[in-house]
Amino acid sequence: MASLDYGLLTPEFLLLGLIFLVLALDLVFAERGRWLIPWVAIVGLLVVLVVGGWTWGIRATFADLLRVDEYTSFFRVLFAVVALGVVFVSMPYVPRFLPHQGEYYALVLAGTLGMVFMAMADELLTAYISLELLSFSSYILVSYAKRDLKSNEAGIKYLIIGGLSSALLLYGISLLYGATGTTKFPAIAQAIQAPGALDSPGLLVALALITVGLGFKVAAVPFHMWTPDVYEGAPTPIAAYLAVGSKAAGFALVVRFLVGGLLPAVESWLPVFAVLAVLTMTVGNLVAIHQRNLKRLLAYSSISQAGYVLVGIAALQDSDIGAMATRGIVLHLAGYVFTNLAAFGALIAFESRTGRTDIRDLAGVGRQSPFIALTLMVSVFSLAGMPLFAGFVTKFYLFAAAARADLLWLVAIAVINSTISLYYYLIVVKEMYVGEARPGLLSLQRPQGLLTGIALAAGVVAGIVVWVSLGASGWIYDFYGPTLPVTIAVGSGGLVATLVGLAFGVFELPLAAMLAGVFVLGLYPYPVLDLLGDVSSAVFTATAALS
Amino acid sequence: MLVPRRHAWTIRILATLAGLLTLILSVWVFIGFDWGKAGLGTTNGYQFVEWYEWLPELGITIRLGIDGISAPMVLLTGLVIFTGAIVSWNIADRNKEYYALLLVLVSGVYGVFVALDLFFLFFFYEIAVLPMYLLIAVWGSTRKEYAAMKLTIFLVAGSILVWVAMLAVFVESGAQTFDLATLAQHEYPRAFQLVFLPMFFIGFGVLAGMWPFHTWSPDGHVAAPTAVSMLHAGVLMKLGAYGILRVGFGLLPEGTVFWAPFFIVLGTINVVYGALSAMSQRDLKFVIGYSSVSHMGYVVVGLCTLTLIGVNGAVLQMFAHGVMTALFFALVGVVYDQAHTREIGIFGGLVRRMPWFVGFFAVAGLASLGLPGLSGFIAELLVFIGAFQSYPIIGVFCVIGVALTATYILRLMAKAFFGPPNPAWSHLRDMRPSVWVACMLLAATMLFVGLYPAPFLDRSTASVVPLLERIEQFR
Repeated sequence: MASLDYGLLTPEFLLLGLIFLVLALDLVFAERGRWLIPWVAIVGLLVVLVVGGWTWGIRATFADLLRVDEYTSFFRVLFAVVALGVVFVSMPYVPRFLPHQGEYYALVLAGTLGMVFMAMADELLTAYISLELLSFSSYILVSYAKRDLKSNEAGIKYLIIGGLSSALLLYGISLLYGATGTTKFPAIAQAIQAPGALDSPGLLVALALITVGLGFKVAAVPFHMWTPDVYEGAPTPIAAYLAVGSKAAGFALVVRFLVGGLLPAVESWLPVFAVLAVLTMTVGNLVAIHQRNLKRLLAYSSISQAGYVLVGIAALQDSDIGAMATRGIVLHLAGYVFTNLAAFGALIAFESRTGRTDIRDLAGVGRQSPFIALTLMVSVFSLAGMPLFAGFVTKFYLFAAAARADLLWLVAIAVINSTISLYYYLIVVKEMYVGEARPGLLSLQRPQGLLTGIALAAGVVAGIVVWVSLGASGWIYDFYGPTLPVTIAVGSGGLVATLVGLAFGVFELPLAAMLAGVFVLGLYPYPVLDLLGDVSSAVFTATAALS
Repeated sequence: MLVPRRHAWTIRILATLAGLLTLILSVWVFIGFDWGKAGLGTTNGYQFVEWYEWLPELGITIRLGIDGISAPMVLLTGLVIFTGAIVSWNIADRNKEYYALLLVLVSGVYGVFVALDLFFLFFFYEIAVLPMYLLIAVWGSTRKEYAAMKLTIFLVAGSILVWVAMLAVFVESGAQTFDLATLAQHEYPRAFQLVFLPMFFIGFGVLAGMWPFHTWSPDGHVAAPTAVSMLHAGVLMKLGAYGILRVGFGLLPEGTVFWAPFFIVLGTINVVYGALSAMSQRDLKFVIGYSSVSHMGYVVVGLCTLTLIGVNGAVLQMFAHGVMTALFFALVGVVYDQAHTREIGIFGGLVRRMPWFVGFFAVAGLASLGLPGLSGFIAELLVFIGAFQSYPIIGVFCVIGVALTATYILRLMAKAFFGPPNPAWSHLRDMRPSVWVACMLLAATMLFVGLYPAPFLDRSTASVVPLLERIEQFR
């Protein structure tokens, strides 16, 4: 019967402990010591990241509710990266604009815990509770700027619409339970394989409601209306958190659920997803053209990115192509996480120094603060799917999967959309490099590029040293395979870079790290894709075991 | 990139040395290319092949190598970047970024010419397009933002078609690879070829300045800074023609046979329409821009004749036009930097002030109108012969195009450079020695090709023959 191996959830327990630690430190420290809190969170998250990567290769379930496999491990690491990125970009922002630092970071971490559980969930109620953990943390965080009207408005909107979508989702889950008699993904898959099961109207309504409910979470058109307002009103790091983490977690859940529970039914739902994809991409891109505010622009751009992922979801099926689509989706999400964190990081760096977020205000940044401009340029080009950067490779892979699934028309629309998006991204680039700075607006300091370089170099050297020394004692490879040493090397490299950065007070470090991610994925995605082979097989074996 | 901003000269010299290095390497590759071996043996006609795994799952490998068609293109790119780096010495604003982008652009161009993997061909193709936007928008002139945006959107819109067609080929072939040679061996169904060949053709044709998708090109040339115009008209537009030949013709022979008569008409319109538009322009750069459109028309016509002579002529024309246009734009840059205007009408008698300048311009102009002994003549002659062989009417129109070219080039020279000197321009001085070297190099190349085209034709013949043999099967 169901096993209760708590050891499987070690990274999550660590994360939970970290949340309480952060809260406790907030109580203990006087006002002056509070700056330490984000650093504690960062160190803790690095530990979580490494331990999360360590669990690579385990395949087990926890009481049939949570599934621990490569898919889980991948998202454990990815969400740790998300949280790290958000904490990093929050550091210059929070003291200046927001009250109650300790709770802020604790809520970010709590939401991250919810995300990880969303990727692990193997049962609908667990998935729902994880989703709510993320949502409730987000509701509070969105309205965190207590005295800012826009933030309050955003919070209310998000709460009401999010609550509605949760209700729909819950209703769908209960109908599905009624139709199949279970909420566990493998059992659902079994139940709907019975002849005639798919014709049951209850099941269809349930699927429709669940699609709508999750559609809200990932901001698919036509359930996207909340996105721009919420992103604009929310504190900018939280907008990044929603755009990156919340969306990726939503898709992590969707893929797990569709592949694990609904694969037999998915093929009849393909047209629905294809239509959603077309709408999401097109509306997101067309409306983005008119945006004047960079936060709103990124909001619409994130909607259109969700559309590209939906292209991959429309290609899900019970075959190699489905596995390829899964890899494509996960890869695209990973690239999207790095790219968007870089974009938001640059925006926050700009905003914390000038207090502005309009595209017009970016004029002249290319001269005043080349690093911010470079980061933003690289990330928008990556979002537009230009080569050298992650966006090109991930999109290419995703679209190749869709093309194999005979969705060439959908790919054509997606590619056309990429071109449309290039237009508004170029406007941002143009403002930064061509526009003349208006006097009195910019007060950017020179970036500490050299220090960033030193910190990164220190990190890379440390990583290599650790890797080589681990490799020298060859048993670790024989025993664990290459994953563990790489994880440890990357983790320790990151740790050293962070510490060096801490010593110098370097702000650009996280941006540089995210950029590095964008370039690595864009230039040499093979190692990541190699890992993803295990990820997709993990998701698909759960279903294969049934049939 | 690590050189501090204040050392502007260091940057210039470094970039130029980089250009020189690439030129030397290009010459080495060009000369080292052994056309006797091409088309035989295991290398599948490609030489200097380098091969790395990149994404085994999709069969994407970094496979680089050159054949007889890309060898002249590589040489051309080397020439243009070297001279382009020299004539850009006068760029003072943010010149580090400028050179960095210029070199990124050139890396992309080289990549396209040497990629033997469809994925990487496309990858480099996009890399070559991307820096153009910034180069034009930041360092350009005359409606630069509009032109830069128009250019980028046009080119990327063209690449939509390429992207979709590429994935279609990948899926249709069922091959687990993007390797061009492997994909080319597959026999695609006729209906498939008929649908997707035009997508490749138009997608790449946008970059080649094919009518009616050419409008970005004169705008872009005019707005771009000198070296970028040179690279752009000289090399980038060739990427389009090269893509048509390598990808379109190479992969889908049956579609090629079907569609060639249609596209040859478009090419002819290019020739005549470009020449007519050039006649009515007043801005020196617009004249050259439209003349590029017109000359690229010969390339399209040559390709679409599907005869050995015609395609050879097209390849040679790509090279000849690249060098000639680079020279043109370099010269326009010289006069614009001093006079800050390019109105043809208000110059006059420049020959007294700037003899070298006018001399070079005359060489380029005469090559452009096909004077024997210069590169343009032999290339265009081959194209005409090819055209007369397969479609005599088209040949007639092409010859008319040459007559029109002669008209506008000679009229331009008469108006701007000869005639009574305009005292307003007495302060103009002839070109700097560095620019002189660059122009001399280009002019000498034109003369060399005009007098002794054999090295080029030998190389391209070696690769064109197998290609045409395959196409022949579907006639």
